[in-house]
Amino acid sequence: MAKLILSMDGLVLKEIPLTKERTTIGRKPHNDIQIDNLAVSGEHAVIVTILNDSFLEDLGSTNGTVVNGNPIKKHFLQNNDVVELGKYKLKFVGEAAAAVGAEKADFEKTMVLRPAAMKAAAEQAKAMTGGAAPQPAPQAAGAARATASQHAAVSATAAGIADKDPRPAPALAARPAQPLGAIQLLSGNNAGKELELSKPLTTLGKPGVGVAVLTRRPQGYFITHVEGANRPAVNGQQIGAAPHALKDHDVIELAGVKMEFFLKA
Amino acid sequence: MDLTQTLEIASCTDPGMVRSHNEDSVAADAANGLVVLADGMGGYNAGEVASGMATTVIVTEMQQVLASARPYDVDPRTSQEIAARLLREQVLKANTSIYQAAQSQPQYAGMGTTLVVCLFYDNRVLVAHLGDSRLYVLRDGKFKQVTRDHSLLQEQIDSGLITLEQAKNAQHKNLVTRALGIDPSVEPEMHEYRTKPGDIYLLCSDGLCDMVDDDDIGMALQALGGNLKLCAQQLVQMANDNGGRDNVSVILVRVLREYPAARGVMAKVFAWLK
Repeated sequence: MAKLILSMDGLVLKEIPLTKERTTIGRKPHNDIQIDNLAVSGEHAVIVTILNDSFLEDLGSTNGTVVNGNPIKKHFLQNNDVVELGKYKLKFVGEAAAAVGAEKADFEKTMVLRPAAMKAAAEQAKAMTGGAAPQPAPQAAGAARATASQHAAVSATAAGIADKDPRPAPALAARPAQPLGAIQLLSGNNAGKELELSKPLTTLGKPGVGVAVLTRRPQGYFITHVEGANRPAVNGQQIGAAPHALKDHDVIELAGVKMEFFLKA
Repeated sequence: MDLTQTLEIASCTDPGMVRSHNEDSVAADAANGLVVLADGMGGYNAGEVASGMATTVIVTEMQQVLASARPYDVDPRTSQEIAARLLREQVLKANTSIYQAAQSQPQYAGMGTTLVVCLFYDNRVLVAHLGDSRLYVLRDGKFKQVTRDHSLLQEQIDSGLITLEQAKNAQHKNLVTRALGIDPSVEPEMHEYRTKPGDIYLLCSDGLCDMVDDDDIGMALQALGGNLKLCAQQLVQMANDNGGRDNVSVILVRVLREYPAARGVMAKVFAWLK
């Protein structure tokens, strides 16, 4: 997991793991990282973390956000980037570096760990915890885990185990936040009723008559026919077997019920 | 016994969003109630070769032995059903083929593959697996994992070194402790379970379960169980939408009805006499 190291005048104040999708930074107490200094705005910046990638965005702060000496509005954080907020410095340590300092590519592929290496790793880990109390403190467990994985990595490479694809995986493309969609029933007994589409997929219709699924994807919402003789129609046009992309205010007709799809602002 | 009318099978395999080629391999033989999924590893294209060999060898060899025997036949020497022995033998054959190819051809050195195989017969399913490819089942609305990975991570969870929560963010999800074709011999883990009409079985490579939460996989199976083909595509799409960092493969098997073994009266008498 990626983390930030907060420091002032070269003194490390604390380490903050980036566990949340949005980590806010600012002077006000409701921020995830509160920095009580007048040079820092109430809501100064936010770090959005998607899988292994973190993005820093300035929230229109008075004094701005500086990364590696350059003022930024939006920045893709890389290992060892230094974010400056007034006198404070936040050093970003990426996921792979945070864990073992080994090359990330080595960890992406499935590899075989032979029993001998496995045993050695387990023993090493055991030696680290060294007959500690039955319920070790979380930090101790964390340390043991780091050692075990580090050792495993070493044994795996020592055993000359082939990995799947020697090229490192390219970074994932950034994804903009997607607006939430909803449908409102226009006819039938429940006319006027609204349904938020917050789940990755929502099924609609009656089994046996006509069932469709609405999927929430990074590209937007799609409707797909699942079963039944009755295919759904979008804006009066029956859809085929392939998923159909939904636009704001499309009208869906399914098993005799009309409903409108719309995006919530 | 032909199971084509009893089992509905759909599969889907995809290289994902990052990898340039697909090292997963899937195969199904509905008539014999056999499904096989393998996730290969090894440099260049050796991973594909290993997984392809595993699925082909197991399916063709099983077809041959099942042409003259039935899985629920009883071996007179051990007085046990032959299913487990037959399946294990074919898995070992695949292991030998891959191991020898890896030994004799330098470009295949070190190749291997994970494996999950299901053989359906007599209202039961026999599962053999190696590595971190998994079997899940959806029964009566409950979705659960059937196999336990042979991985460093799983061993650490079992020994209490890390919690399930920590495992989600672990760095070494990819280290498997057993695989096909790496050593001259291998011991597949085998179990047998009773099936129930309506069950949906999901075989998948780690490209699915690493990218998509079990809850979301279960939801997709429940929502789209009516259309297995679409459900398989949806699962692959979910993995790709979440980043698709590895090859993604799924096989879905729905049990449509009961399929008890058609044991003859004589066979019953013999069984009773023993």
